[in-house]
Amino acid sequence: MIIKDVLCPFCGCLCDDLAVEVENNKVVDVKHACKIGASKIMGHDRIKAPMMRDDKNGEFREVSYDEAINESAKILANSKRPLLYGWASGLCEMMAKGILLNEEVGGIIDNTASVCHGPSVLGVHEKGLPTGTLGQFANRADLVVFWGCNPVQAHPRHMSRYSVFNKGFFASKGRRSRKVVVFDVRKTDTAEMADEYVQVNPGEDYIVMSALRAIIADKADVVPDSVGGVPKEKLVELGEAMKGAKYGMVYFGMGLTQSRGKYKNIDNAVSLITELNAHGKHSILPMRGHYNVTGFGQVCAWETGFANAVDMSRGIPYYNPGETCSNDLLMREEIDSAMIIAGDAGAHFPAQSIARMSKVPVIQVDPFHNPTTEMANIVIPTKVSGVELEGTAYRMDSVSLRMRKLVDVDFPSDEEVLDKIIAKVREIKGASS
Amino acid sequence: MNLNATFISGRTVNQGCNLENKTSQAYFDAAAYCEMNSKDASSLGVEPGNNVKVTTDHGSVVVPMAICDGNPDGLVFIPMGPWANAVVDPDTKGCGMPGFKGISAVVEPTDEKAPTMPELMARLK
Repeated sequence: MIIKDVLCPFCGCLCDDLAVEVENNKVVDVKHACKIGASKIMGHDRIKAPMMRDDKNGEFREVSYDEAINESAKILANSKRPLLYGWASGLCEMMAKGILLNEEVGGIIDNTASVCHGPSVLGVHEKGLPTGTLGQFANRADLVVFWGCNPVQAHPRHMSRYSVFNKGFFASKGRRSRKVVVFDVRKTDTAEMADEYVQVNPGEDYIVMSALRAIIADKADVVPDSVGGVPKEKLVELGEAMKGAKYGMVYFGMGLTQSRGKYKNIDNAVSLITELNAHGKHSILPMRGHYNVTGFGQVCAWETGFANAVDMSRGIPYYNPGETCSNDLLMREEIDSAMIIAGDAGAHFPAQSIARMSKVPVIQVDPFHNPTTEMANIVIPTKVSGVELEGTAYRMDSVSLRMRKLVDVDFPSDEEVLDKIIAKVREIKGASS
Repeated sequence: MNLNATFISGRTVNQGCNLENKTSQAYFDAAAYCEMNSKDASSLGVEPGNNVKVTTDHGSVVVPMAICDGNPDGLVFIPMGPWANAVVDPDTKGCGMPGFKGISAVVEPTDEKAPTMPELMARLK
């Protein structure tokens, strides 16, 4: 059986044109997906059953779901400062349950944006976000800038579906209708395909943006001969190209959020776009990684008022990145337990943060064995969302789409596990109050 | 001979393909290497596949070297994952985001073995 129009549960592109061949309830072929999406949907070896251990250096023993869930609830209910981290590989329905669990245990809920586009959220707080949807950009953009992002490696079909090679209503010649510029510290595969590659010194993106803003404001005379490793004449040429664009688009990634300046880079990029809008139409969009990391921001914002790093220890939502983000909490040795769900802190947090996480009980809810498993005391395997479970996800441009189920499995969903943990936590808390 | 470098990490296609396959050799091959340009590699006297030790103020890690001539002189790259994270800066400078890019590093040839994922995590327990 071939299932058409399948959505890909890997990156924020949420490609929705996949064809997946299923035989005897097994995925046997994936068409139209990129290499990463195909790999994800074809599947990998997974954790077979719930497991527990007291000593993190000891062997796991298989346990029942009830035992693992009850023990997890005990740990969370008896913690003073539990951290509930991950969420981005799950569906919106389970995220809502996670936010409820966090409220019940008075913990901190944080998602993978903490080590990804968290600074973009801060930049948006400062300056807003002049943006739109990928459909608009696909049909209109005649100038496409990739700043500190490398879609060829990280979002492989972005350039063919949304941004560069695709034909659009106002871009009838596809690639030839658009000028493509890449700002990066190294000549990436994306830079190889661009019309212009602008090599920026590491950590100097901010001043390059400031120089472009000066040039666009007709104050090129204040710009020095070279800024951030880029010659002034090149900056003037780029500034003029930006001003002359009918529809300019800037996509940005970790090259801005993780390097010096962090959220201030996003603040400056948004200012650049706002000023360019005096000349043509311009938009900006973060290149979101996990397929539903955008969804967590949405669900958390409508449930708590904040997009991530929400501390419920006071009984009301409190948010202060730098204080309530996962790595800040870990480095201050503040948390006394952690639930890592639909995200892999073990692989993607700095080693020193993980060393601190290893000192507290860790509950992992995930289909796969990964570095977090190495640090876990309790492991609860669940369904792979978007392959084994349907539900809602948000594309990188905040368009909500319905993910599809392709095969049936016996594993519980994240939502079912969270429901049971919430019920048990209420029972424990009710008995003690 | 050591190389004074600026370290960055980031995504790659193969790292992405093995995100749910992190106990495999394929994940090791996809995430445990350090890219630098040919000039920096020859200044260190290392060939692709030879191990190098990358050391920052925050830790050190041994991984095989690979060539990427898109890197400017003195820029080294390890794909995002536990090997890169052995040397990144956990300090978020008050904004929640650790320093995954733009870290001063020293790279040197070594005969030491590159750790497997479980070996790397065991060091942190």
